[in-house]
Amino acid sequence: MKMEMPAELQSRIDKVITEYPVSKRSAALPLLHLVQEHFGYIEDEAISWIAAKLELEPINVLELVTFYPMFRREPAGKHHIRVCRTLSCAMAGGYELLDTFCKHANISRQENGHGAHLLKSQDGKYSIEFVECLASCGFGPVCMINDDFYESVAQDEVPQLLGKYQ
Amino acid sequence: MASTTRTAHPREKRVIFKNIDRPGWTNDIGCYLQDGGYEDLKKAIAMNPQDIVTEVKTSALRGRGGAGFLCGVKWGFIKPGGSKPVYLICNADESEPGTFKDRYIIHQDPHQLLEGMIISCFAVNARLAYIYIRGEFPEGAKILERALAEAREHGFLGKNILGSGFDLEIYVFRGAGAYICGEETGLIESMEGKRPYPRIKPPYFPAVLGLYLCPTIVNNVETLCNVKYIVRMGGAEYAKVGTRVLCVSGDVQRPCYCEFEVGGITMGELIYDICGGLKPGRTLKAVIPGGSSAKVMSAKDRYKIKTKQPDGTIRENEMGLEDVPIDFETLAAAGSMAGSGGVIVMDDTRDMVWALNNINEFYAHESCGQCTPCREGSLWMKKITARMLHGGGVPEDSDTLKRVADNIAGRTICAFGEACAWPTQSFLDKFPEEFVATAKRMGNGNGSTNH
Ligand SMILES: Cc1cc2nc3c(=O)[nH]c(=O)nc-3n(C[C@H](O)[C@H](O)[C@H](O)COP(=O)(O)O)c2cc1C
Ligand code: SF4
Ligand code: FES
Repeated sequence: MKMEMPAELQSRIDKVITEYPVSKRSAALPLLHLVQEHFGYIEDEAISWIAAKLELEPINVLELVTFYPMFRREPAGKHHIRVCRTLSCAMAGGYELLDTFCKHANISRQENGHGAHLLKSQDGKYSIEFVECLASCGFGPVCMINDDFYESVAQDEVPQLLGKYQ
Repeated sequence: MASTTRTAHPREKRVIFKNIDRPGWTNDIGCYLQDGGYEDLKKAIAMNPQDIVTEVKTSALRGRGGAGFLCGVKWGFIKPGGSKPVYLICNADESEPGTFKDRYIIHQDPHQLLEGMIISCFAVNARLAYIYIRGEFPEGAKILERALAEAREHGFLGKNILGSGFDLEIYVFRGAGAYICGEETGLIESMEGKRPYPRIKPPYFPAVLGLYLCPTIVNNVETLCNVKYIVRMGGAEYAKVGTRVLCVSGDVQRPCYCEFEVGGITMGELIYDICGGLKPGRTLKAVIPGGSSAKVMSAKDRYKIKTKQPDGTIRENEMGLEDVPIDFETLAAAGSMAGSGGVIVMDDTRDMVWALNNINEFYAHESCGQCTPCREGSLWMKKITARMLHGGGVPEDSDTLKRVADNIAGRTICAFGEACAWPTQSFLDKFPEEFVATAKRMGNGNGSTNH
């Protein structure tokens, strides 16, 4: 399979590299973000492509993908939900919020810890994960759906919230 | 999703947060300029850069990122006229649990940050600077990109800023979900396109060997904003009236962010007057005063605090937690720290083993794995508190936990080692009977249904 790099993405990539005049390698994370935004996850081919672009070995890029929690090696659901797991949110009902999302999004949940495969709904519409403190601890429980951020989410608001993401 | 109106409490003194939630305020440059924005930059750029450094030294401004290091001292490590370029990085990784202030500055008042940053770059002669923003702030990154473009259009960035001959470019760099990127040398590795493994200090003090092994100043968002006011009022005046932002979460009626003169409020005033007190019928049990890494303080303890009297003499007072003023020295003297300003309040319904287990899970997940004591120890601490909570604990667990924590602190490359050991050490120290009781109860096979 050949990865299609649209011209618009290419030009954004070329522009971002100019922001690191001292070392192209610094553009590794920015490029991974751009590629993941476009393709939804990071495939092997993307790793080789980025490595070649930045004159690195593929392992230099792969080791970033495996370390940084935000990068994925498999597609997420069409809409990706992140629920804060950390203390202040947990005190405000973060664990219950994750449960409620799972229930209404039809996600079966074996494990709520880290490191597990992304939990996904059967139809692929939603995926969910716990993340650590999202820096809004006074207004918990907080979550993100895709790039949108929500504070003080009550459990009975979950169906309506999911309704916004079809 | 109930959107709360977050008006400032009358007791607050808002400087850095002046424009947060301000009616009619928008985050574009037009609004900022109308309000007198970038005037402090104009003043600064007409000054001698070394004089700005001197003012910051006089101000005794302490870093707001967690360590509380004196900003002027850090800047003083940069020798003018050195052969290598100097870089400045704004630490906008904000990921210390309990801390939520930089987010609101970035979202609602990005130009305040940029102005503080440009002045700071001018002072230390940095011509290339970056804002390292955590990956989970995608909207914040867009807002900053737009603010940077606006600042460029207005000649506050780019070549020959305001005709001064000073050139500066600032770019946004996005992290990708790892807490350790907040540690300044981990951050620098991350910016170099590597895993964020913190570097050994010495020799890798950023101000000496930082980004691309060049002198680099790393400062927190709030710290850089303060520089603007130091230029405006002078370091000596700032030293008297400087403020800091506190973030209160947990078991209070009205969790909030708020701003006071440093040391201008006690823990009790913060909890009862500003945050509306505890929920009905509850009593105060514990406070983590400076982000989850800070040692927990118990409401039962008495603290011996030295305070300066109006006549200049020092007197030692014994006081309860509620009377402790929130400032760097006092909280350190009370055995904890002001840290990042994230105050987490817990009432008498909270299970301390549960709370510690939640914190331990955070650190076990976030250790970068370079140092054996931290990588293995953080995981073991989590495993032990989890089994105490969910069944399978043994009576020796408290001792084992303490031994593991004691073997991390002071034996690692970066301060994450202390950050993950202090919660365990302090929870065990302050609430030993709860750990014993939980171990006993769980020995009977009564699994907790709490998480
Ligand atoms: C594990 C760890 C995490 C940290 N996270 C942050 C952070 O999210 N934001 C921050 O500003 N400083 C953080 N720091 C502190 C930085 O290393 C550094 O001291 C700070 O950015 C310096 O800026 P300041 O002097 O203005 O506070 C962290 C430190 C450690 C050890
Ligand atoms: S102390 Fe922990 S986080 Fe810091 S370098 Fe060592 S293993 Fe990494
Ligand atoms: S604990 Fe959830 S946002 Fe900080």
